[in-house]
Amino acid sequence: MTKIKSLNDLRVIKAEVEAKMNLRERSDAPEKMIQVKVAMATCGIASGAKAVMDYMISELDKRHIPAIVSQTGCMGYCFAEPTIEVTIPGKDSIVFGYVTEKKADQIIEKYILNGELIEGIIPVNYESIDSK
Amino acid sequence: MKDLSLHVLDIMQNSLSAGAHDINVEIVEDQVIDKYLITIRDDGKGMSPEMLTKVTDPFFTTRTTRKVGLGIPLLKEHAEQAGGTFSITSGIGKGTEIAAGFLLSHIDRQPLGDIAGTIVLTAASNPQVRIRYTHTTGFGTYLFDTAEVSEILGDTPINNALVINFLVEMINENLEQIKYSH
Repeated sequence: MTKIKSLNDLRVIKAEVEAKMNLRERSDAPEKMIQVKVAMATCGIASGAKAVMDYMISELDKRHIPAIVSQTGCMGYCFAEPTIEVTIPGKDSIVFGYVTEKKADQIIEKYILNGELIEGIIPVNYESIDSK
Repeated sequence: MKDLSLHVLDIMQNSLSAGAHDINVEIVEDQVIDKYLITIRDDGKGMSPEMLTKVTDPFFTTRTTRKVGLGIPLLKEHAEQAGGTFSITSGIGKGTEIAAGFLLSHIDRQPLGDIAGTIVLTAASNPQVRIRYTHTTGFGTYLFDTAEVSEILGDTPINNALVINFLVEMINENLEQIKYSH
C-alpha cells in the first residue's frame, strides 16, 4: 500500500511552488495577473460552475498562464449560468455566459491568449455615449 | 444539485456572504443507526428570528440580483426526501448552524460527490477564512483544517494549482481510509 499523503508532504509542494514562481508573481500584485471569477451561487452550482472552476484552474496551470481563479456570488445572470468574469490586466472585465468545459477552452485559447472575442459575452459594463 | 457536496458548497457561500471567519463542516456517517448528518456552522452575522422563519421559503432571498433563493429550500427538500431532518439555528451576532440529516441507506440520499474539491476550492478563494472539515464514520475521523495548511504554506498562495491538487488528493486519500465499503 502506498503512503497516504499528509500535511508534511505539503512542505515539498510549497518548495516546488516557490521554485516555480517568478518574481513578477511574487510581487504580490494580483491586479497584474489574469483574474477569473466563477459565479458560485445556487444557480451557478446547480448548472455546473464547480466543474468549470476545476477545469479553469487545471487548464490555466497546464498552459502556464499566470492567473487567479476564484469564486464569486451570483452576478444576476442566472439564466446564463455557469457564468465567469475574466479580467485581463489593463482591460475591462468581460462576463461570459453558458460556460461549459468546451467554452472555457475557447475562452482561454481565443480571449485570454489572443484577445479575440467569442460568442456568449454578456454585455454588463458597456459605456453609453452619455457616460463618455 | 447532483450531489451533497454541491449543497455544502452552496451553504458555505451563504456563510461567506454573512461575513464568516470560521466555517465548520461536519459529516457523520453512522451505519449502526443508519444516519448521515451534515452540519455547517459559521461565525457570520447570523439571522434574526423573523428572517429565520423565512429562509426555507424559496421566494425569500437577501440577494438584490434576483427574487428567489433556492439554496436552503433545496437542501431541506433533499434531506426530507431521503427520510431525514433539517434544522437551522441562528441568532444575530451568534452565527448560523445548519444541520441536514439523511437516512444513510435511503435510496434517495444523494452521494457525497467531490467534497474534497468543494472544501479546497472554497478555501483557495477565501484564504482569510478558516475552514474546518471533519468526517466521521464507524472507522474513524478525519480532520482537515485550513489553519494548519496556512501555517505550513506561509506566504505561498493556497490558490496555486499545485497546492490545490495536492490538498484535494490528500483529503481523498484520507477519506478513503475511513470509508464504508458500500
